Amino acid sequence: MAIFLTKDSKVIVQGMTGATGMKHTKLMLGDGTNVVGGVNPRKAGTEVDFDGTSVPVFGSVAEAMEKTGADVSVIFVPPKFAKAAVVEAIDAEIGLAVVITEGIAVHDSAAFWAYASSKGNKTRIIGPNCPGLITPGQSNAGIIPGDITKPGKIGLVSKSGTLTYQMMYELRDIGFTSAVGIGGDPVIGTTHIDALEAFEADPETELIVMIGEIGGDAEERAADFIKANVTKPVVGYVAGFTAPEGKTMGHAGAIVSGSSGTAQAKKEALEAAGVKVGKTPSETARLAREILVG
Amino acid sequence: MDLFEYQARDLFAKHGVPVLAGEVIDTPEAARAATERLGGKSVVKAQVKVGGRGKAGGVKLAANPDEAVARATDILGMDIKGHTVHKVMIAELSPEIEAEYYVSYLLDRTNRTFLAMASVQGGMDIEEVAEKTPEALAKVAVDSNEGVTIEKAREIVAQAKFPAEVAEGVAEAMVTLWETFVAEDALLVEVNPLVKTKDGRILALDGKVSLDENADFRQPEHEALEDKAAANPLEAAAKAKGLNYVKLDGQVGIIGNGAGLVMSTLDVVAYAGEKHDNVKPANFLDIGGGASAEVMANGLEIILGDPDVKSVFVNVFGGITACDEVANGIVQALELLKSKGEDVNKPLVVRLDGNNAELGRKILSDANHPLVQRVDTMDGAADKAAELAAAAK
Repeated sequence: MAIFLTKDSKVIVQGMTGATGMKHTKLMLGDGTNVVGGVNPRKAGTEVDFDGTSVPVFGSVAEAMEKTGADVSVIFVPPKFAKAAVVEAIDAEIGLAVVITEGIAVHDSAAFWAYASSKGNKTRIIGPNCPGLITPGQSNAGIIPGDITKPGKIGLVSKSGTLTYQMMYELRDIGFTSAVGIGGDPVIGTTHIDALEAFEADPETELIVMIGEIGGDAEERAADFIKANVTKPVVGYVAGFTAPEGKTMGHAGAIVSGSSGTAQAKKEALEAAGVKVGKTPSETARLAREILVG
Repeated sequence: MDLFEYQARDLFAKHGVPVLAGEVIDTPEAARAATERLGGKSVVKAQVKVGGRGKAGGVKLAANPDEAVARATDILGMDIKGHTVHKVMIAELSPEIEAEYYVSYLLDRTNRTFLAMASVQGGMDIEEVAEKTPEALAKVAVDSNEGVTIEKAREIVAQAKFPAEVAEGVAEAMVTLWETFVAEDALLVEVNPLVKTKDGRILALDGKVSLDENADFRQPEHEALEDKAAANPLEAAAKAKGLNYVKLDGQVGIIGNGAGLVMSTLDVVAYAGEKHDNVKPANFLDIGGGASAEVMANGLEIILGDPDVKSVFVNVFGGITACDEVANGIVQALELLKSKGEDVNKPLVVRLDGNNAELGRKILSDANHPLVQRVDTMDGAADKAAELAAAAK
């Protein structure tokens, strides 16, 4: 089993014909992802060859869905055009839109989130500024390296891309059901809570690893959710204990403002909810291993 | 990016928020002409990006141009909570004030929407109001696609219980403030205080604006608002090279790929430092997923140029970019720096993990660079880097 993405997912790529889109479409295909099309109105009707696999380019998300039955879109469109691309995906009512693009203006992400809500949230949005998600052995929608690990029983949700890879690598012998990178922007679609809820409901996920970082209060709210709703063991990690106040640490959302958004507060909230929180990524992996393997 | 008060005032004026006249100067003598232009009287206001300047003596009245020069002389160069005053605003004297209010728009991360906040208790620290009398602070969600029309502004004003005689004026100001918020891609626009004067006007007397740097692509005028003089020279140099760098106050230089991994690296180095003379990370530097030789060289150049740095920890997890490419990048970067005449003399601890880690480690071993040490776990490498920094301290 898996969350949000399976071998049956039919994936299209918005921005496929750009350099980043081309590179990662090729990698996604290599990981077994069923990429059924790309979207670019200026290249509609053409086909792109990826090592012998020919992928058609459509003029719009709606057209791609109609012709291929696509239910997932991975978005590599540059920041300037990202809002329009996400709005197009929402209008087409595709089930899942994975927004990889980094550097989208907050007014744009707030606008497409409000738009998705006004349309009844028929489209799940993951990201922006995220590595996407992977269900090892089945499908890969985004830029997570496909060869780190294998199918297994850990579910992972993380604000950070490289910490996701690091954790998958440390626990590669156990394997993962799905790993979801939700992104480090101030406004994101899918949250820790959404992923926790899905992993709780997924029969094959036996343990959940949750990675957070400074900024906002998503981890604190996730802690409340875990306390009330999650019966599976959760192991946590929070990055940014040494981050100074008022400085953005790489991710647009990673900032301690006054006394809010600190790593310490997040760690305490998670521990109060019964989550074992590691001091370092390797200690976090060890805690997960102890629970699963003993 | 947080703006100075005078920059906020200029943006407010541009979008029709009622403000008083004012201009910014950086020499005492310029206060004379500026005050004369205002009819002979002025308020001299220190421009610092920190609250509490009034209490610190950073805001003074001047009854004539000579006094303005004297007050500007006092205030320029003053230290306010660690911020040196380099500029003062010479502002028009406010008509007599009858009431002080608070209004703002900001991003509500929790609810993924924008928030209007308003209170009839203005003029003081709004966090204090929120804590002591939360009922006095109205918070109203604003849908980004609907915005703040006059009707919406009236709703906000009603919720904050503004007196009837100012309600319409405040609502109108709130519409223009929303226009500022949207047109400038702001993360925060705050007016505190918004005042009612005895002659019945509504005026924004002081304000704060924070801008979203992700919107720079459509805000070409924002670059000029940057306070380049105040930027740390290493941060400015890194920015010019397109690097994501934050200067910190420790001794272990850090380079890593990915914001989360670098934040985590800082923490792990700080923990290791507890055992090694309390050394701490000297910086945050994320060179991104690619980690090419050129980017690595740029990053190393910045870090080796920091006199506080005693050792360097390069922490890379090979994802899409394989570790052999990263290892080649490090070797080439060191050669590149040497060929540029840079003095490369600080020890580097390199940890490579992930995609093609074995190959990458072999490349480093074969290169046998006298300054480079390989440690294959993040915790072990952090410990080694801290130890080397402590030894060189």
